Amino acid sequence: MLAYLDHASTTPLCPEARAAMEPWLSGSFGNPSGSHAVARAARQAIDEARDKVAAVLGTAPGDLVFTSGGTEAANLAVLGRAGAAAGPVVVSAIEHHAVLHSARAAERLFGSPVRVVEVGNDGIVDLAALAAALDRAVSIVSVQLVNNEVGTVQPLSEVARLVRRRAPGAVLHTDAVQAPPWLDIARLAEGADMVSISAHKFGGPQGVGALAFRRPVALEPLVYGGPQERERRAGTHNVAGIVGMAAALEAADQHRLGACERARRLRDKLTAGLLASVPAAHETAAGQEKLPGHCHLVIDGVESEALLVLLDEYGVAASAGSACASGAMEPSHVLVAMGYPAEVALGALRLTLGHTTSEADVELALRAVPVAVSRLGGSVKPAMAAAG
Amino acid sequence: MRVLVAMSGGVDSSVAAALMLREGHEVVGATMKLWGGPSDSGCCSVADVEDARRVCQQIGVAHHVFNFTSDFERDVVAPYVEAHARARTPNPCIACNAHLKFGRFLQRAPLLGFDAIVTGHHARVTKAGTTWQLRRGRDVAKDQSYVLYMLGQAELARVLLPIGELTKEQVRRVASDLDLRTAGKPDSQDVCFISKTGGRASFVGGRIPLRDGRLVSTSGDDLGAVDALELVTVGQRRGLGLHAVSLPERRYVVDVDLPNRTATVGTLEDLLVESLQIDDLSWSHLPLVAGSAVEVQLSAHGRPLRGHWAGGAHPGTGTVVLEEPARRVAPGQAVVLYAARSVDDGGGEVVLGGGTAV
Repeated sequence: MLAYLDHASTTPLCPEARAAMEPWLSGSFGNPSGSHAVARAARQAIDEARDKVAAVLGTAPGDLVFTSGGTEAANLAVLGRAGAAAGPVVVSAIEHHAVLHSARAAERLFGSPVRVVEVGNDGIVDLAALAAALDRAVSIVSVQLVNNEVGTVQPLSEVARLVRRRAPGAVLHTDAVQAPPWLDIARLAEGADMVSISAHKFGGPQGVGALAFRRPVALEPLVYGGPQERERRAGTHNVAGIVGMAAALEAADQHRLGACERARRLRDKLTAGLLASVPAAHETAAGQEKLPGHCHLVIDGVESEALLVLLDEYGVAASAGSACASGAMEPSHVLVAMGYPAEVALGALRLTLGHTTSEADVELALRAVPVAVSRLGGSVKPAMAAAG
Repeated sequence: MRVLVAMSGGVDSSVAAALMLREGHEVVGATMKLWGGPSDSGCCSVADVEDARRVCQQIGVAHHVFNFTSDFERDVVAPYVEAHARARTPNPCIACNAHLKFGRFLQRAPLLGFDAIVTGHHARVTKAGTTWQLRRGRDVAKDQSYVLYMLGQAELARVLLPIGELTKEQVRRVASDLDLRTAGKPDSQDVCFISKTGGRASFVGGRIPLRDGRLVSTSGDDLGAVDALELVTVGQRRGLGLHAVSLPERRYVVDVDLPNRTATVGTLEDLLVESLQIDDLSWSHLPLVAGSAVEVQLSAHGRPLRGHWAGGAHPGTGTVVLEEPARRVAPGQAVVLYAARSVDDGGGEVVLGGGTAV
């Protein structure tokens, strides 16, 4: 038995995406940049996919660049903008590394000063600190729509208002990679000029994403070559991937409300159950608006590195947050930014639900986590420890 | 048994994992990430972790990475630097074995449900009656028992060293028969956190001030200046700049006095001692009785010397009296005691204990 509770990391391919991709993995093929009938069919497929994605993201009639994923989309937004317009880059401290490291690269390559905006213990960007970081010189502001580790939804409308008022020359990018299966991006990211998504977070295939534009933004490309994507991203299109992403996004949007309700009920049961059985566990950003599939805890006196090995053994696929190139667990920069000491941050446990999560998955996690914590010397309620 | 194999990404630990699997054990591999800074040699680079992971994939076992960088910094790197600041010559590999491989790693294994840990060291663990013994590896040239002297009964009972039964050549043959990607990988040689380009001076100098000092002869004559006195080691002959001074014999550092900023140089004879003082003693089993004959080894591949254990004034300290005078060991280096040749079973081979030269 396996309970896959790591949907924030990646999700299984949904049937809609699979069905849409299937022709492009067998009979159909074609380079969308060509002029003959075979090429035109491929061109039509990605044009239609573009419309579908833009419609869900609320950027129709759509301008968007297809990328190799969320990371490339965020790089193109931050680094591409910094390459085209001088001025400081403003990012929140809890951005994904795709944004944070792009900002650092912009500093190295283009001399754009980086301003990192603090967040509160609630996992929400500090709007006063953001206001203080903004001025007329700023070229780009990047604030995520949802945090990928703790799951907090950021107040993007207020962020957008502040940017318009204090940094009118800046463009606002939002990393919305975690948002699609759960949130109405069209409404929540209305104030953003650029929105990044990644297909495999919402039932699409890995290796494809998009950067969508709500208004024209001049960007220096990251990838040079052919004239694809209006010369902003060269290289032959990943037709199957793009088509799969569009189908998955449409399906996720259609099922959104039902999926949220279902995941929230299971997640609440999971969180409440774990907090009851593991007294050493605390919910991060408790009481904040979070993704319905996100359960994020820190467990005092337990190292998540060891905890994950035991959970893996019990068939629970979970995560701790961030890992370095070798795969070693690092204290999460998100938790550190939220004010957790490094040793506490090393006890993080992230369980993320998705469209395939069942009642049985949650039951397994509710049984496995307390036993694993107890084996590692953490305190649990006696009845739960004995259950193992 | 359910065993956790400490896999560095080298050929020895790769083969250790494969052999345990072949013997029918339930095997999981784990690589410790120890050093977070720049490195060009040996351990814990991303490429080494990848080698370990790929070997695990190939033999079909799970692989995990444990991040012990903060422990490594606290228990190995910081003491290493601090020892230099006290004119000692530390052996960080021994500190790493004591605190990381047979400390943190060994402590974590039972929590994860493992009966024992396995490493790729060239040494053997045997049992005589109820006593666990650490012995030299079969391949005398590759023997690593010296760097494992700190293992006591509690550790030896939970450590398996399958590689100790093989020669290095056999290890490589097994690896190449199994087509392991690490089969031809060179042995790691140097301290993993010190880069070849910068060396010790750059690493230690980045953490503590290194100051120059004076070289003086045993009779008190000034022989010139020397850079970075903190890095000068007892027994050192090269790199002192003495070639310019016409001296009739080879000269060695016989003493380093940091407070007075001097290093004393003398002849080989001045370096010879008849006994060795040890502290931070640990015993494999029970402490030796004063007067017991022993063999003593003063470096990783040094020639064993005969002597006897003279006991110590306090627990944890003691003296080895040598049969013939030998070069003084730099303070901070390990002194390892082996059973005397005359012992029937394990003479010259069984590790009795060891400690740090004073």
